[in-house]
Amino acid sequence: MKNQNILKRIVGNQLFIPVIALLILALINLINDPSFFKITLVTNNAGNPMLSGSLITILDFGSELGILAIGMTLVTAASGGQDISVGATIAIAGSAMLRILCGGVARPETIQAPIIVAFLVACLVGMACGLFNGSLVAIFKIQPMIATLILFTAGRSIAAWINHNELPIVPDPKFSYFGGVIPGIPIPTTVFIMIACIIVIALVLKFTNLGLYTQAVGINEKSARLNGINPTAIKILSFVILGLCVAVAALIKVSRLSTINYSVIAKDIEMDAILAVALGGNALSGGKFNMWASILGAYVIQFLTTTLYKFDVQSDALAAYKAVVVIILVVFSAPTVREGTSKFFKKLTPARKEAA
Amino acid sequence: MKKTNEKGSIFTKVNDTSLLLIITIVIFFVMYIGAIIFQGGGFTKPQMLFNILNANSALIITSVGLSIVMITGGIDISVGGVVALVSMCCAVYLDKMGGSIIGSIGIALGIGLLYGIVQGFLVAYLDIQPFIVSLAGMFFARGMTTIVNTAPFNVENPTFVALKDTRIIVPGMGSYTRKGIYVPAYVEIGVIVALAVVLLLFVVLRWTKLGRSFYAVGGNKQSALMLGINVKRTKFLSHLICSVLAGIAGYVYFLHVGSGSASHAMGMEMNAIASSIIGGTMLTGGVGNLIGTLFGVLSLCTIQTIVASAGLDDAWWTGITIAAMLCIFLIIQSVVMVQKQKALKG
Repeated sequence: MKNQNILKRIVGNQLFIPVIALLILALINLINDPSFFKITLVTNNAGNPMLSGSLITILDFGSELGILAIGMTLVTAASGGQDISVGATIAIAGSAMLRILCGGVARPETIQAPIIVAFLVACLVGMACGLFNGSLVAIFKIQPMIATLILFTAGRSIAAWINHNELPIVPDPKFSYFGGVIPGIPIPTTVFIMIACIIVIALVLKFTNLGLYTQAVGINEKSARLNGINPTAIKILSFVILGLCVAVAALIKVSRLSTINYSVIAKDIEMDAILAVALGGNALSGGKFNMWASILGAYVIQFLTTTLYKFDVQSDALAAYKAVVVIILVVFSAPTVREGTSKFFKKLTPARKEAA
Repeated sequence: MKKTNEKGSIFTKVNDTSLLLIITIVIFFVMYIGAIIFQGGGFTKPQMLFNILNANSALIITSVGLSIVMITGGIDISVGGVVALVSMCCAVYLDKMGGSIIGSIGIALGIGLLYGIVQGFLVAYLDIQPFIVSLAGMFFARGMTTIVNTAPFNVENPTFVALKDTRIIVPGMGSYTRKGIYVPAYVEIGVIVALAVVLLLFVVLRWTKLGRSFYAVGGNKQSALMLGINVKRTKFLSHLICSVLAGIAGYVYFLHVGSGSASHAMGMEMNAIASSIIGGTMLTGGVGNLIGTLFGVLSLCTIQTIVASAGLDDAWWTGITIAAMLCIFLIIQSVVMVQKQKALKG
């Protein structure tokens, strides 16, 4: 009896699905090619030491996804919908950053403004985009996915327009540290950025009422209002926080290349971010959320992507495989299917008791 | 009851559907006449309108399907992907496997039907959010298109090329060139198909039991259930119709461009949603009109043509103008709804 309870608690935990998915993926890789787990120390193009290996790649490239998952979880919980414009907003924020850094010149000799100024501008731009989306959702009561469709359609065009369709290249090697490695430290900088983001959000959730209010609004907007919470403000706030996450992700994305490609940068990342939230066991219709499950979900997605690459799947065809995973996931988390399976198990349990 | 109606603003007197429809049609004509006056040139010839139709008959068909799903209260963003997948599969079948025209039409319908059944089942019977289902559908279709064939190529099957170049002359709408030669106006086969689809489904939505049940389910699921409508089946059918129409649109698109490519119909789902919204279909469901959708597509494409011919040829202008239009119409819808609720309460 006691054993069963522990089992139930483990299975019932939100972290169960992402952890199991992670283990399954790890197992597949172990069978396929054990060298997947090898980590070596190499020197990169700039002559700096850095760790290399599939696991490091996952940690490195999973960072921006994890950062986006933080914001996406809040938006999902508060509004019961998802923001599909994050990829396009990354393009806008990244483009704004480059415009400040390069001063509107395509090939500057030196950077025109400190990196921190450019980053702050990108944050403002990201938050402005979030404010726009949030206002449409909270004030005009438009479904989140449709409201964010506007920026999804226009975002990359706006990004191109900010830099007059030029592709400026940042001349300062310091800028590439954010997406690469800092000389002397072999661990990718993105990992540290991710840890910083996790600490910030953990502190925010611990010391403010943000988490509680967000869940209250997501579960029942009307009763939240009756309890003195302002649902409009909470919804807009969640979109603005996502905007901030987008700006950080844009910094990483742009820093990786030191330039930008408007139509390709962060392509399909909205799908991955939504998938991370769903994989974390959070209801896509809003309400309760578990931030850590979402972040773990993001790394599982990146693990899946890296694994698919190992199996020689083309990057264009990647989406088809992920779509299948999404469908399997949502089918299993669908209320009707859950009810069906729990009924099925209930039928089984008394039978087992009798047998015992 | 009567008193409030008399006191109420214009919003209570005109119902939602006709109000939004009127706004759309007026905007289209204002824009087109504006283009004739300020830009002249091509816009003075009727062929310009027919060219817009020729290039966008696939968009009309997908938008009609999307409108039906949206009237029922759902959404489907996989249509663009389905169009690309259909044109790629048909292109491969015709060109590399030496297939026949009939077979390729069968493939198009088959893909649409299969998509409709799977998505409709997931949405209607498993109660999964339509957006998530069709998002996955869209990515699946795009991925599959690359798996079927990576490189874009032109189809050289002679029967197909003959069909592609078939032009139906519109009597009495021609124009004279500078040399005084009479050039008759023409449309492609796709336009005929598109207009037939619009007309047929307009009749279905307006005068059949199935059509009215779409509105009923979108308007209020609970009361539709009370009325004895099979809500799940209605939802399923709306997704089925939408995906089959996407299949047909894929063939029409294929017939227009005559090639298979993974980048075909990029962003078409967004244009189709935008057209439906501009055409007065409410996202909340229960409100919409296919004639409005037709004008929505025409407005959208006219704006694109104006932008292109005004010399703002950079690709980014199109995206921004469409998004701006979408934004304005969404806000109009939202304001109309709020006003209506206030008027009903007051």
